Amino acid sequence: MIRLEKVNKFYKVGAHPLHVLKDLDLEIHEGELVSIMGSSGSGKSTLLNILGILDDYDRGSYHLDGVLVKSLSERRAAYYRNRMIGFVFQSFNLLPFKSALENVALPLYYQKVPRRKRNKIASEYLARVGLLEWSEHVPAEMSGGQKQRIAIARALIAQPKIILADEPTGALDSETSYSIMEILKDVHARGITVVVVTHEHDIAEMTDRVIRLRDGRVEGQEREAA
Amino acid sequence: MIGIDRWQEIFGVLRRNKLRTFLTSLSVSWGIFMLVILLGAGTGLENAVKYKFRDDAVNSIWIWSGKTTKAYAGLPIGRNIRFTNGDYEAIKRSIPEIDHITSRYYLRGDAYVVRYGDRTSSFDIRATHPDHRYLENTIIVKGRFLDDHDQAERRKVTVIGQRVSDFLFRGDDPIGKYLTIGGISYLVIGVFEDEGGENEMRKMYIPISTAQQAYGGGDTVHTIMFTLANTNLAGSKRIEKEVRKILATRHKYDPTDKRAIRLRNQLEGPAEVEQIFSMIRIFIWVVGIGTIVAGIVGVSNIMLISVKERTREIGLRKAVGATPGSLIALVMQESVFLTSLAGYCGVVVGVICLEIMDRILPKNEYFMNPQVDLSVVLGATVLLVLFGALAGFVPARRAARVNPIVALREE
Repeated sequence: MIRLEKVNKFYKVGAHPLHVLKDLDLEIHEGELVSIMGSSGSGKSTLLNILGILDDYDRGSYHLDGVLVKSLSERRAAYYRNRMIGFVFQSFNLLPFKSALENVALPLYYQKVPRRKRNKIASEYLARVGLLEWSEHVPAEMSGGQKQRIAIARALIAQPKIILADEPTGALDSETSYSIMEILKDVHARGITVVVVTHEHDIAEMTDRVIRLRDGRVEGQEREAA
Repeated sequence: MIGIDRWQEIFGVLRRNKLRTFLTSLSVSWGIFMLVILLGAGTGLENAVKYKFRDDAVNSIWIWSGKTTKAYAGLPIGRNIRFTNGDYEAIKRSIPEIDHITSRYYLRGDAYVVRYGDRTSSFDIRATHPDHRYLENTIIVKGRFLDDHDQAERRKVTVIGQRVSDFLFRGDDPIGKYLTIGGISYLVIGVFEDEGGENEMRKMYIPISTAQQAYGGGDTVHTIMFTLANTNLAGSKRIEKEVRKILATRHKYDPTDKRAIRLRNQLEGPAEVEQIFSMIRIFIWVVGIGTIVAGIVGVSNIMLISVKERTREIGLRKAVGATPGSLIALVMQESVFLTSLAGYCGVVVGVICLEIMDRILPKNEYFMNPQVDLSVVLGATVLLVLFGALAGFVPARRAARVNPIVALREE
């Protein structure tokens, strides 16, 4: 599903380029639930941005579901993000002035799905995360756990190939964190590839495989005996 | 392109920032409002000035005799110049550009009392050539004006103004009736109206040949006037000089003596006025557009702030699949919508104010019918849409360039 071969990424900082990813090789198969761990500066945010087609890379290749993702136009990148990737963020990134339903339906808006139809689909996904009765509420009226469930529903609505979750439990207490992970595991159980970036070991332990990054390279991969 | 969804997005944004939206719009409304008021007021002034020129043919030259102020060829200062039929003939002969020419001989005073039946009054009586009707924009409403036969045969016929007819004939048809001027009987052959107003309609016309003979005028002429065909201001200036030269030779006065005859070139007035008003119009547009631009810069500024405030939101929209094009369209549409609506309000309020101004201001000759043309309003609308797009352009580009990574980064 995801195949990175000798991916290199430089950032221009002052006169000297900063070498962030160094010949990084990575393969994630369809239907896997993996976590990426690493200290700050290890390149894990950069890796996530590249996986999410939010950023480009300098050398190597990245295939997503068989498609080479490299030097895409903004339009093309937007198209792939919309159709193939669902994002879940630490701080949820819900639009504060829109109802839960509208937030969930947003990706379909950019697919030009008619309003009535996309609201119907959004309702189904809200039901899946158990928040159907919160449809008309705005994010400010909800708890952190509820907001993250809304965000997951939004990530799922376009039926993406992969879910990229960036510290999805970073802003939540441990009990809520576990319930969020349960939802992600449920998503995984339905056959969607899930990649979780985290620095919390107990969260990483709930995934099938932990990829450890250090200085822009994959340092080790361990299969958890989950 | 223009789906309901995007409008809902835009109204959502505007509603969230009601005060800001209102204040921003106000600056644009104010700019357009001022432009409309200024243009309307300018038109009011212009109408008033043009009204003063309405009566007489605008391409005409009028000549009155005066008094010499320079000694010439042994002749003294202070000589009265007296025009004659000869002067009329000479000018008519030597200026080919002349279209219509007439001279005038005035009959004024108690000696020329007008009588019909038992009704008498004194009116201004102008003895003229048939061409006179083209110089005063005389409109014949009944019968006819003087013609060449009247002039050649010195007929005792008269054309009377509507008010004269009203007074003497009280609604009866005056055509074919006889009235007397200073005891001499005249056949009424026509009734006229004049755009010059009430006063002009209290005049009477008789052939100049008749007047000179009947009232002992000899060959005296008081005024000579003519219209010019296909002549611009410069051409009329040249003809002015030509006329001065002809008359100076005939009457033996210094051609540089400006007082010996008085001459009014009607082409000058409107040309000057037109020039002044075109300057005023340019000035109004400059001021108006300046004011609007200030408003537009305000809109652009506020939109920039709005885009900046919404960086995170825009970043998220990009992450879930918003194309740069859709973001540009969103911001541009908001900007165009806001400026157009605000501008429209300004135009409407401005036009209403002009209408009120027109109603409450008493009629006067310095200001009348303040108004703006439909074409100006349409032009302003097109300008607004253009300005709106211009105002939205920089913020829209900023929005399209938002980097989702930066926008979504944890603070």
